Amino acid sequence: MEIYLDNSATTRAFPEVAEKVAKVMTEDYGNPSSMHMKGVDAEKYIKEAKSIFAGILKVNEKEIFFTSGGTESDNLAIIGSALANQRAGKHIITSSIEHPAVLESMKYLESLGFEVTYLGTNKEGVVEPDELKKALRDDTILVSIMHTNNEIGSLQRISDIGVIIKDHNPNTLFHVDAVQGFGKAKILPKKMNIDMLSISSHKIHGPKGVGVLYIADKTKIHNISFGGGQQGNMRSGTENVPGIAGMALAAKMIYAKLDEECENLYSLKERFIEEATKIPDVTVNGPVGREGAPHIVSLSFRGVRAEVLLHALEDKGIYVSSGSACATNHPEISKTLKAIDLDKDLLDSTIRFSFSVFTTGEEIDETVKALNDIVPMLRKYARR
Amino acid sequence: MNYRTFLIKYAEIGLKGKNRYVFEDALVKQINRALKHCEGSFEVKRTEGRVTIDVTSDDYDFDETIAALQTVFGITGICPVVVVDKVPYAELSKEVVKYFDEVYPDKNKTFKVFARRAHKDYEMDSMELNKELGHDILEAFPELTVDVHHPDIQITVEVRNVIYIYSEILPGPGGMPLGTNGKAMLLLSGGIDSPVAGYMIAKRGVVIDAVYFHAPPYTSERAKQKVVDLARLISKYTGPIRLHVINFTDIQLAIYEKCPHEELTIIMRRYMMKIAEDLAKANDCQALVTGESLGQVASQTIHALGVTNEVCTLPVFRPLIGFDKQDIIDISEKIGTFETSILPFEDCCTIFVAKHPVTKPNLEIIKRHEENLSENIDELYRKAIESDEVISIW
Repeated sequence: MEIYLDNSATTRAFPEVAEKVAKVMTEDYGNPSSMHMKGVDAEKYIKEAKSIFAGILKVNEKEIFFTSGGTESDNLAIIGSALANQRAGKHIITSSIEHPAVLESMKYLESLGFEVTYLGTNKEGVVEPDELKKALRDDTILVSIMHTNNEIGSLQRISDIGVIIKDHNPNTLFHVDAVQGFGKAKILPKKMNIDMLSISSHKIHGPKGVGVLYIADKTKIHNISFGGGQQGNMRSGTENVPGIAGMALAAKMIYAKLDEECENLYSLKERFIEEATKIPDVTVNGPVGREGAPHIVSLSFRGVRAEVLLHALEDKGIYVSSGSACATNHPEISKTLKAIDLDKDLLDSTIRFSFSVFTTGEEIDETVKALNDIVPMLRKYARR
Repeated sequence: MNYRTFLIKYAEIGLKGKNRYVFEDALVKQINRALKHCEGSFEVKRTEGRVTIDVTSDDYDFDETIAALQTVFGITGICPVVVVDKVPYAELSKEVVKYFDEVYPDKNKTFKVFARRAHKDYEMDSMELNKELGHDILEAFPELTVDVHHPDIQITVEVRNVIYIYSEILPGPGGMPLGTNGKAMLLLSGGIDSPVAGYMIAKRGVVIDAVYFHAPPYTSERAKQKVVDLARLISKYTGPIRLHVINFTDIQLAIYEKCPHEELTIIMRRYMMKIAEDLAKANDCQALVTGESLGQVASQTIHALGVTNEVCTLPVFRPLIGFDKQDIIDISEKIGTFETSILPFEDCCTIFVAKHPVTKPNLEIIKRHEENLSENIDELYRKAIESDEVISIW
């Protein structure tokens, strides 16, 4: 038996997606830049993928760019737009609970002389729009806020933030890292004042190594990779055609049944939280109900070490992730758990369970049963 | 210079009297093993009390070949040599001058010639060869100077049934060829010390088996993989290793539950040694090897080592006993295990450590506390031995 509840790390690809990828690799393997028929055939997949993403996001096809994944999308959006707009100012705002792909880009920009403000969150892991309002300055050129937090599933108030930014200065760019949110929510950049949006394929049952960056037309941004000038010179390098075709199919399949699947995920989440918190001293981090993401549940197990619980679950074929990557001698405390001011004793006792369309009610019940077996046993041997 | 032959120097093997052929055979075997993964083909020969390696393929990679030979215990030096037939002096002199010119383009050096004549039938003796060759080289390259005490370059000319010309001796690892000194069981953890200990004992010609104590779910698959990786890294030197993985969780939990917390590590170590010794005996090993270093941690004080040692009847080799941590790290970096050793995964020794473990354990008291385990320890011990999973590493 295998119960995979680490879907925020990565997902199992849809079989249809795998088939499509294989077909493109073995049959329509041309280089989309080639002038002959083989190239034209390959280019069709790119066009089709652009049209699929443009349709889902309700944007123009020419605003869709393909990258190697969420990290590259974040890097390009943040570094590329900061470099292009530095004459207007060198101030950037982000939150302290962003993914490393964002935070490390910020660090890099700081080394180039940019100034970055990191907003904290409330207890639910949500950035308060008022805090953002206070942080905005005349020289703020970019705001980067994630759509869905990857550790506790808190949803950021993207629409409100978009309005605040544009009210303050229409030229200030708004980037949204939607790696965890895309495929779990309707995201409409034009309505939400989003200028750039990062998407990753492998979080939505697509192949790894491919992603999307939406860049609103007329956004001032520099390319940060250099080469053959593909994708309007924004992102050089032969397009990952099989990956792009597979990702587009995955997105299409997910969005065809979005409401239904979200409904299902929320009911799994509610069922899981209700049962798991019956175990003494188990608490939920982040939003409990529908104010949070449908697929992420962060639980703290007082008196149990996350790593040990993780391996004990693994032993029963259940795969989860420890909320805070805590390694011997190198305690790397999770920024998100710190931002929500989690009790210090729980930092190293937190596990993330994340679901997908493949997750079933039986799997949730099995997991709860396993927790009921393991947690009391581990508490018995807690470090004295 | 495109060398086609290497002369292998070894030290201690030469001392072994009538056993010499056993050591030389082992050395040849280990050289062949090390060269198996190198580009090209080679012939390893024993002639006139020398081991030489001829390159028999058109191409080979000099640096890769030397690096491989530098993992073979028993080798003290590797000399890339030019071989010439036993030609008359006039021709030999030309060859030596040519060699000098190719190998040392910069002539602003001091040198001496060191000739040896194993075959006394050559037209000149070694003294004459030294003198004449020195003269001829000086004449060819007047900017050189002779220095017989501390030359920059010493050119050796060995007259045997062929003539070897060489001047470089690349260092080997020393020690004795693997397989000439029995077999030992290494207690391998994920740390810095135990791989180094294994390397050092293997260097004395000892074949190594290893045992790792795994404690799932307290230690992860990655921690186990790390130990496998470490075994693979030292196997470059030690040859194939059979790694025994023992599930130690239940014994550890039993100790945790029933024995005083500050004695946990020492009692745990005693059970590890006991299991290691059982495995050693079952696998024809004549000794145990640990990475212990005197005083490094509480379980490695002189008292603690005594208490741990008490469960063993086989000799326990602790090659690092007098080493400082930095000395151990230096070797670990040299043999390439350091970076893997410091990967941060918990091993079974760090899970349930007491804040203040005993540093002067008393054997009688420890034994009395071990009595607390008597209810089911035999059963747990048997299960641990049965859990032995053997991973072959080569």
